[in-house]
Amino acid sequence: MAQARGKVTIDTEECKGCGVCVDACPPKCLELLPGLNPYGVHPARYTGMNCSGCGICFYVCPEPGAITVYRLIAPKVAQPPMEGSHAATL
Amino acid sequence: MDEYQVIESKSPVFYDKYERKAELQHQTHYCPGCGHGVVHKLIAEAIADMGVQDRTILVTPVGCSVFAYYYFDMGNVQAAHGRAPAVATAVKRSNPESIVIGYQGDGDLAAIGTAEIVHAANRGEKITIFFVNNAIYGMTGGQLAPTTLVGQFSTTSPWGRRPSNEGYPLRMAELLATLEAPVYIERVALCDNKNIMKARKAVRKALELQRDGAGFSFIEILSPCPTIWKMTPQEARKWIEEKMLAVFPLGVFRDRKLAPMADGVPQTTVTKLLGLDKPLEVVTRPMAVKDSQPDLTVKIAGFGGQGVLLLGQILAEMGMREGREVSWLPSYGPEMRSGSAHCHVCLSKERVGSPVIEHPDVLIAMNEPSLHKFSKMVEAHGTILYNNHKLPAGLPPCEAKIYCVPASEIADGLGTTKATNMVMLGALLELTHTLPRETALALLKAKVRNVKLLDVDCQAIDAGMACLRKQLGSSTDAHAHDGELAPCS
Ligand SMILES: Cc1ncc(C[n+]2csc(CCOP(=O)(O)OP(=O)(O)O)c2C)c(N)n1
Ligand code: SF4
Ligand code: SF4
Ligand code: SF4
Repeated sequence: MAQARGKVTIDTEECKGCGVCVDACPPKCLELLPGLNPYGVHPARYTGMNCSGCGICFYVCPEPGAITVYRLIAPKVAQPPMEGSHAATL
Repeated sequence: MDEYQVIESKSPVFYDKYERKAELQHQTHYCPGCGHGVVHKLIAEAIADMGVQDRTILVTPVGCSVFAYYYFDMGNVQAAHGRAPAVATAVKRSNPESIVIGYQGDGDLAAIGTAEIVHAANRGEKITIFFVNNAIYGMTGGQLAPTTLVGQFSTTSPWGRRPSNEGYPLRMAELLATLEAPVYIERVALCDNKNIMKARKAVRKALELQRDGAGFSFIEILSPCPTIWKMTPQEARKWIEEKMLAVFPLGVFRDRKLAPMADGVPQTTVTKLLGLDKPLEVVTRPMAVKDSQPDLTVKIAGFGGQGVLLLGQILAEMGMREGREVSWLPSYGPEMRSGSAHCHVCLSKERVGSPVIEHPDVLIAMNEPSLHKFSKMVEAHGTILYNNHKLPAGLPPCEAKIYCVPASEIADGLGTTKATNMVMLGALLELTHTLPRETALALLKAKVRNVKLLDVDCQAIDAGMACLRKQLGSSTDAHAHDGELAPCS
């Protein structure tokens, strides 16, 4: 299977399990965990498949640091940045 | 192995840890799915990208976002309910280089703070207001807000909002767009990703305009409050789209070119205004008051604008310089001019018991009504100084001695009737000898910055002294000045 263009990590301690990111993700690659986090909510997580690195989940999530979005560094063909992303630095 | 780079992550404008509670230092206090967090993120991103974090000051409201200062690592001021635009005005005017943001909910901005927002907008204050409209009072548990929709339930509209009882929803963006001064007004919504991106642009535009020196900018953000709306976060977003947009249409309501107003307001500092930039005169308090100097109580009465209260203040301050216990009790009407005003001054060797004087030693009556009204109150051994050449007809007999000192005329002769009170001060000094003339001159020198006026004031004091000296005649040998008076200035 081809390497996904993007990936996300979700801080399960910061996530409040509102599910907004799950709904908003276009390729539906996020889900709420069946288990509860220490604060009693089902936190979101990346299924590990098909993330495009679009950044939508980051902008719809109300928590400042719950979601971090990564994008594959393509050595030859540079990805045109979509509207809604900005040049964050590592 | 393919490599990834971070493209979206927590903004450096947020603190790493939020110091609000022992636990939960890594998440905000907002309910799951609340729009406030999204707005915070958009603001933080714009500030970081513009590189203005170290000169941005956030004025937070009362409401669910009251604790925003726990999250934003920049200047923070927390304003009283509804007063963020007034506080932001002060912050911006005193720090013109800062980026000043007011953050307000709809209860805060459109109910208790209606006056502040309208006037800040109308003055074209160079601030940016982010107005988070969730159509309800969130923090206090769901009371009706001015922005609550018709038919919407709240704890204070349990049958749904009825225009006949609660009026119609207030459209703040449209309302403010009727004003001349604002440069940018837009309404956006947090109902889906596309609209969040529009909100992101609007937030950034407003802040950039402020950075570039433009005037008032206002972004209204329709924001979900799932908790009070009793909806899931997803339903709440849908509700914005289906219900709120019909009442609060999105769009730009004002987009003006830069600098619509010439900025003619001179800038100064509080330190300069109070004259604290110059070295302060150090006044040392004399150790003890000479016993020979009697206590003195004075009532000064006249029209507002005759310097009645100021004369009292000067007397009290002179007393302080002479090491006395003093009190000054003003009483005046709401009018600045032509109402009546009076004040009581006590100069005492002991602590002053009450600043109210029932029977003054001296009454300074700056006009006829005051003479009629207060002459009876004066102590039997007391004195009245009356601002005229002769007593009015029909004055009831009184035991106090009355001297006529035409202070207004004397002052007018010196060039300004403003010095009337200083003529009276001179007369009082001559009469009582409780306080030395030199103390009056030193005090005036410290207080009156206008050299010409200071000169007139000094002349007025001397003229008042001379006027009374003439009337006291030979009987005043005991008080007579030995030798020449020192020059005024
Ligand atoms: C002077 C004053 N009056 C009333 C209150 C109570 N109070 C606290 S928050 C609030 C309403 C806030 O509603 P809104 O501005 O819509 O903000 P939200 O909580 O919805 O974000 C009120 C009335 C107060 N704190 N101070
Ligand atoms: S970055 Fe885009 S594709 Fe990836 S999880 Fe977030 S919303 Fe889904
Ligand atoms: S939007 Fe944020 S808080 Fe809500 S479930 Fe997703 S990661 Fe968690
Ligand atoms: S009550 Fe509403 S506005 Fe307040 S934090 Fe909860 S969801 Fe947000």
